[in-house]
Amino acid sequence: MKITRRQMLILLPAAAVAWESVLAGTPEEAPNYKLTEHWWGMLIDIPKCIGCGNCVRACQAENDVPEGFFRTWVERYHVSDENMTNPQVISPGGGKEGFPVAQEDAGKYFFVPKMCNHCADSPCTQVCPVGATFISPDGVVLVDQTYCLGCAYCVQACPYGCRYIHPQKKVADKCTLCYHRITKGLTTACCEACPTGARQLADLKNPKDPIHEFLKTHSVQVLKPQMATGAKAFYYGLDGSVR
Amino acid sequence: MSVFKDAGHLFRFAGLFVLAFLVFLVVRHFVVPKSFGQYGHYRGAAIGEIAARPAKYAGHESCESCHADVLDVKKTGKHAHVNCEACHGPQAQHAGDPASATPAKLDTAVLCARCHAASAAKPKGFPQVAPEDHSMGLACETCHKPHSPGLDAPIQEAGGAK
Repeated sequence: MKITRRQMLILLPAAAVAWESVLAGTPEEAPNYKLTEHWWGMLIDIPKCIGCGNCVRACQAENDVPEGFFRTWVERYHVSDENMTNPQVISPGGGKEGFPVAQEDAGKYFFVPKMCNHCADSPCTQVCPVGATFISPDGVVLVDQTYCLGCAYCVQACPYGCRYIHPQKKVADKCTLCYHRITKGLTTACCEACPTGARQLADLKNPKDPIHEFLKTHSVQVLKPQMATGAKAFYYGLDGSVR
Repeated sequence: MSVFKDAGHLFRFAGLFVLAFLVFLVVRHFVVPKSFGQYGHYRGAAIGEIAARPAKYAGHESCESCHADVLDVKKTGKHAHVNCEACHGPQAQHAGDPASATPAKLDTAVLCARCHAASAAKPKGFPQVAPEDHSMGLACETCHKPHSPGLDAPIQEAGGAK
């Protein structure tokens, strides 16, 4: 078969594209873990939270979170009788060592654990200029730290303040929903350490997950629903004053 | 063929474009990671890399495989649903090789107070005490066994703390 120069010029790019897809190979997955069979979220039961800070300490231990930075933290709200529209919010050291004793019984107090909401339509992944942050096929917002430039666009874009620039690595860092644990059948470190079960990992694609029963029978809310982020951290008993 | 009589220079010019495109493909092949675009506009292999990190909290099921005796005590009491590592901290190293790391002895004065120190901010139904009034400086475990913290009958009869 005789190939003219023109045919050759047409064939070469086509061959290059084909070779590219051959090199990409098949996806790497954990043996029994199928990316397409999960869609992860979190259930946070506010009336159960006692503000002990176990989740914050567990997260820092599990994920080597640098001192002064938080992948999860706990806020304490105080909605006083006099000034109901301006709640007083404190989170000393992210609530890591608990909270000062509240003596005053006026108004209402409650704790709100916060973390990455693993949004299905996350603003943070949309602004990344290099494709270093993404939502995985199983619904977890992750950062490829070998690819991140540290431009911090995502830190600004997150409406929940869940990202930071790692002070040593100089790249974006955030909650991975303990991706290294949930893909091995474990729960997250914060859920493991929570003494009251105020935090529960939820597999929204698995109807056998006991959390489905809770989600079906209770009213749950997400933070900042007006931003249409598709947040998957579902709060039960969320007060309207929570920002 | 009169139309194409002087078209040679056009083909040479087009050839330059094709060449530039080929150079682009070759450069792209070397600078773009292999798994980029596998699932979306990111490096697909990053998912596996993030998932490969070792865990530090072993999970309560690992504890239960050896410490069934503690579990038997724990499941009868109020702390039945508190996982081991909620108090004992991350123990994956101990679970992997029990001789290599021994869980630290815990200070109940700090540990119990984290959850049970009275505060108006805590949910009303949660058991809370003001530590200084409640025990007068006695260590919590004098009366309460952490794995099953309910009081033994004799202490209550002797008029111990409620």
